[in-house]
Amino acid sequence: MSASHEISHPLSLSGEMQMDTGVIINKCYQCGKCSAGCPVAEEMDYPPSLVMRMLQTDDPKNYEKLLRSMSIWLCVSCEMCLTRCPMEIDIPALMDNMRQKSIRAKKTNPQAKKIISFHKSFLDSINYTGRLYEMGLIVDYKMRTGAMAQDVTIAPKMFIKGKLNPVPEIIKGRKKIAAIFNKVQNNKEGK
Amino acid sequence: MIKVGFYPGCSMKGGAQEYQESVTALAKVFDIELVEVPDWNCCGATAAHNLNKELSLSLPARIMALAEKEGITDIVVPCAACYNRLSVTKHELAEDPSLSSKVASIIDLKYEGTTQILNIIQFIDKYITDRLEEKVVKPFDYKSACYYGCLLVRPHSILKFDRVEDPQSMDVLVKKAGGNAIDWAFKTECCGAGLSVSRTDSVARLSGNIMKDAADRAAEVVVVACPMCHSNLDMRRPEINKFLNEKIDIPVLYISQVLGLAVGLDAKTLGLNRHMTEVNLPERPIKEVPVAEVPQKVVNTQKMEA
Repeated sequence: MSASHEISHPLSLSGEMQMDTGVIINKCYQCGKCSAGCPVAEEMDYPPSLVMRMLQTDDPKNYEKLLRSMSIWLCVSCEMCLTRCPMEIDIPALMDNMRQKSIRAKKTNPQAKKIISFHKSFLDSINYTGRLYEMGLIVDYKMRTGAMAQDVTIAPKMFIKGKLNPVPEIIKGRKKIAAIFNKVQNNKEGK
Repeated sequence: MIKVGFYPGCSMKGGAQEYQESVTALAKVFDIELVEVPDWNCCGATAAHNLNKELSLSLPARIMALAEKEGITDIVVPCAACYNRLSVTKHELAEDPSLSSKVASIIDLKYEGTTQILNIIQFIDKYITDRLEEKVVKPFDYKSACYYGCLLVRPHSILKFDRVEDPQSMDVLVKKAGGNAIDWAFKTECCGAGLSVSRTDSVARLSGNIMKDAADRAAEVVVVACPMCHSNLDMRRPEINKFLNEKIDIPVLYISQVLGLAVGLDAKTLGLNRHMTEVNLPERPIKEVPVAEVPQKVVNTQKMEA
């Protein structure tokens, strides 16, 4: 087990995240390898190593900034940061946790609308049919974002190549899938 | 005919049909029948683990529970993203029994975590590799950049598959198929994954850097094992070329298509016609190599990393 000084106070913000994710935030010693390897760091408002430092401060203002940041939505969950971290800190798990907190607190960055809409359209498709229906996903996404013209030129070629399935695959247990969605949504923790 | 459990995942029923076609055809050459997990559902992919942790565990758990019920021991999961989600779920539920029973109650099925999750390369290594070289009739004699991406090799602590920075397993298979697997720098760099639609410019940059390195090293083909990597490198090629301001026309093939071509399957059976970047590999005369001189094992001389 880790030394006690590494563990945050359970009532602190970082302590709460540690309870949620099992990740010990204070292990980070700011070597910066995560930011160096992160494929999207250059597009982020706070690169991963800075996210770690902000979490370590336990300052509510910094937490607020993170929940409202683009960083948490630009993270592609490629797991490079975790792979190269000398302390094996699971930054992707923290990112997931902050995304979920950001949505629950209704603090999502307005510029992340498209990214979040895509995820929501994706999950809705699974909720309805049990499987992802790509064409339905794209239509639903366009409705949510108004990006009607996007990728319209690619669709006919995909269709000719047999890459667009015109009919959704609907599984027999789709009601069971809907029940799973209900149960996890009713769960207030929703971690 | 050996029967092996199979989880195709959603992309194989849509945008990546050629991956399923080629995996199924390749398996058939080696007398293997892939049997789909009955009534399987989507694994939830990035969307689920970004938005809801319990959902991201429940969806893959249902798939594995259904497989268990059917008595399936090995599940072949050719999509690297699905493979990752199933493996991570299996790991997390094994680590935390109370979470496991909570998820079992959410999915309303018995879950034991006894199924073995195999990615495409693990499947080939377990069931095909031993017999591969003897079946090669048309060596895949092309400079191949094997691209592993993220989810096949990371996180290593859970997947424990291949090396994280310079993986070799796909290179070894390409070499066994008579190919020249080149050394290059972008084997495990991210293609941009799920941002393909919602942030296409980021994907153009990330995938562009990958294709640029492959082109600079004179690769004739990029070999992948993930439908998401494939769609970003292949379908997003117009955006990639625009970002790079040059025209790269290197085709992107699935590892199953490469091996399929080597064992003599035709292009249509393998779905090569479905790629957005046309596959026009030049015909190569088959070199006459006496059987005894075919290298049996590719010796890996590089030092282990990580």
